[in-house]
Amino acid sequence: MRDAPTSDQDAELPGVAAAPSRKTLLWVILPLLAFVGAIAVLIATNPLARFDNGTPPVENIAFERTILDGGGLRVLVRAGGAEPMTIAQVQVDDAYWQFKQDPPGPLPRGASAWIQVPFPWVLGEAHAVKLVTTTGATFLHEIPVAVATPVADRSSLLSQAILGIFVGIVPVAVGLMFYPALRGVGQRGMTFLLALTVGLLAFLLVDAMGDAFELAGEAAPIFQGNAMVVLAAAASFLILMAIGRRNGAPRGLALATYIALGIGLHNLGEGLAIGAAFAAGAVGLGTFLVFGFTLHNVTEGIGIAAPILREKVAPWVFAALVLLAGGPAVLGLWIGSLAFAPQWSALALAIGAGAILQVIVEVTALLRRRDEARLFSPAAMTGLAAGVGFMYLTAMLVKI
Amino acid sequence: MGGMQGWLQERLSRRLLLAGGVAAAGAAAANVTGAKGEAAHPGHDAGGTAVAPGGDAYTAGPSGHSGAHGAMVTIGEVDSGRNGFDPGAMLTDWEVGTLSTLPDGRTLRTFEIVAEDKEIEIAPGVMFLAWTYNGRVPGPALRATEGERLRVVFRNYGSHPHSIHFHGIHAARMDGVPGAGLIGPGEEFVYEFDARPFGCHLYHCHALPLKRHIHKGMYGAFVIDPDPVRHPEQAAVARSRLLGSAENLGWQEFVMVMNAFDTNFDGENEFYAVNTVAHAYMKAPIAIARSRPVRIYLVNVVEFDPINSFHLHGNFFDYYDQGTTLTPTLKTVDLITQCQAQRGILEFSFAEHETGLYMFHPHQSEFTELGWVGMFDVREDVA
Repeated sequence: MRDAPTSDQDAELPGVAAAPSRKTLLWVILPLLAFVGAIAVLIATNPLARFDNGTPPVENIAFERTILDGGGLRVLVRAGGAEPMTIAQVQVDDAYWQFKQDPPGPLPRGASAWIQVPFPWVLGEAHAVKLVTTTGATFLHEIPVAVATPVADRSSLLSQAILGIFVGIVPVAVGLMFYPALRGVGQRGMTFLLALTVGLLAFLLVDAMGDAFELAGEAAPIFQGNAMVVLAAAASFLILMAIGRRNGAPRGLALATYIALGIGLHNLGEGLAIGAAFAAGAVGLGTFLVFGFTLHNVTEGIGIAAPILREKVAPWVFAALVLLAGGPAVLGLWIGSLAFAPQWSALALAIGAGAILQVIVEVTALLRRRDEARLFSPAAMTGLAAGVGFMYLTAMLVKI
Repeated sequence: MGGMQGWLQERLSRRLLLAGGVAAAGAAAANVTGAKGEAAHPGHDAGGTAVAPGGDAYTAGPSGHSGAHGAMVTIGEVDSGRNGFDPGAMLTDWEVGTLSTLPDGRTLRTFEIVAEDKEIEIAPGVMFLAWTYNGRVPGPALRATEGERLRVVFRNYGSHPHSIHFHGIHAARMDGVPGAGLIGPGEEFVYEFDARPFGCHLYHCHALPLKRHIHKGMYGAFVIDPDPVRHPEQAAVARSRLLGSAENLGWQEFVMVMNAFDTNFDGENEFYAVNTVAHAYMKAPIAIARSRPVRIYLVNVVEFDPINSFHLHGNFFDYYDQGTTLTPTLKTVDLITQCQAQRGILEFSFAEHETGLYMFHPHQSEFTELGWVGMFDVREDVA
């Protein structure tokens, strides 16, 4: 406030320049005092007692993790009640079971606890856990396919890494291997490829946001999933835009790197979810499905290659780009299978979505700079359609 | 990677797992199933590492509170002091009212019953806002003798209109349906009728909506003992049923009302029991002297489920459907079924048995596993 006015207009605002600090302080303290006063009145007179109609407090429980092992089953729950809530009994498949809660006692809002039940689960079958609270409210959690939760030993980490390589790294590498062939394309071919990149990124954006919202819906309400997804996506978009535009709009290798980063962040979120599916027992992942994912993701490599077709690029850069775009799938798988909660996967997907939006903006900007008239040319339109269409059609292979 | 997430979000059905298997299982990726899953399968090696207070769920024997159900039981204890009624004491707690003589020489038996709202603990830690008769669920087990005049003074201290609808022979005016003895909060009504026919009956609130008034706790047993004088050809049998007679004292009589509670109001019961408290007789078995015969007055009031049943382990019983006969309607059975409001008398003896714990439960496994299961502790003698 004491800074010199930055413009004539500021200087004309009454009191700004001359305001003594004590007066300013007063105007900070007064509203705070008013707030404290309002709280005091609320507590002292309890005017809201009229709203207490005798109904039990609203209760909510979100299930964040499920672990099946030799000792039975364990679920990590997060409470979201208006008041601390107590889990009184636990049913598994419509039968009451002894259980242990860790930590024990009532669960305040936002607190989480493990519920351990010595339940003899059956491999490959479905089970349902139902928590009964003191008020008689029930909260159901379904285990669609019971399998032992993977533990972090060498063989499971290795098999997850192999899966991650097949669905994350291999397709990007294969796509980039088209690079020499693509170098020869002409002006219109280039427009087509850049538009194709925008198309595939647009598909990923829609897909990622949809998945992020869905996961956010599963998270405990205290995380306000939808707002979190939007804010995280916006923040990652703006931060990457700001970084990318420090020295003008990114192009060439810089743009390719941003595309790889966006795809990589997206793959991290997907990897988290696949890892969680491992933990949840979704291991019916057959060869056909893996092939589908690989094919589906090949365009990602072509997208990364598009901005650097006119540049001279060292071979190690390609390896780095592949790792940046595909590697996070492996990382995500590991983290997801060991420590999954829907809110973290939603967050990772949202950050990825923001990054993808950034590269959509930048690739589109590049298209415009190249030739504004051709932004809506047949080459651009067919490229866009090919990108979206290829992603959509190959997604059919993996949607069940 | 688009699409993977969507695939994951699909309900992972059993069919999906099979489809994956048919598709030749994604190489190394899928090896978490199979051998590993089986190896870690609990029930085979759950003992040491298990959190189970009862140890391995398959092999746990009858020990401590878990009884023969291993770890498959509710945990904790219900505070009977706070509830104001104890499921153990309820078994033999008969409400006989007060007796007086009418001008014509007949016996008048008067019961006083109030309806009141009361929060009760129906399973350890689970509270249920019940509507009760005399502050307990089930309501008092009324017992009278055939031929008496009955007067039931009913006061409604609850928050809703209530009534007492007796299963018995009475005038329409005394039926306890809307317009005939259904009273609002703060009101009083006196039901009067003769005690007949003898048998094992019940009463319940007949205010609407019926389902809610019944499952909230407004029901109880209503037993009319046969008058031996009226049944000279079976006087001995009738005397054994007459509460307080010398023959009757030789019997061990229990009243059991099979009930259930829908704690989350979804039209399905979360807890099943006899006499309200889930697993009560599992944790505190009912003591029985081996040498003396047992008679159970069994009433089913379970709401939402069409049928309930009673199965006795290691023994068979004679059954008197509705208790209105002095000869069994079913002889030598170990299972009977009852729809809602059906009731009857079970008679059996453990005189020829070893002592030990004999289980009883409905043969709807679901009800059993949701709390309706108990034990007879057959001993040489009961103090």
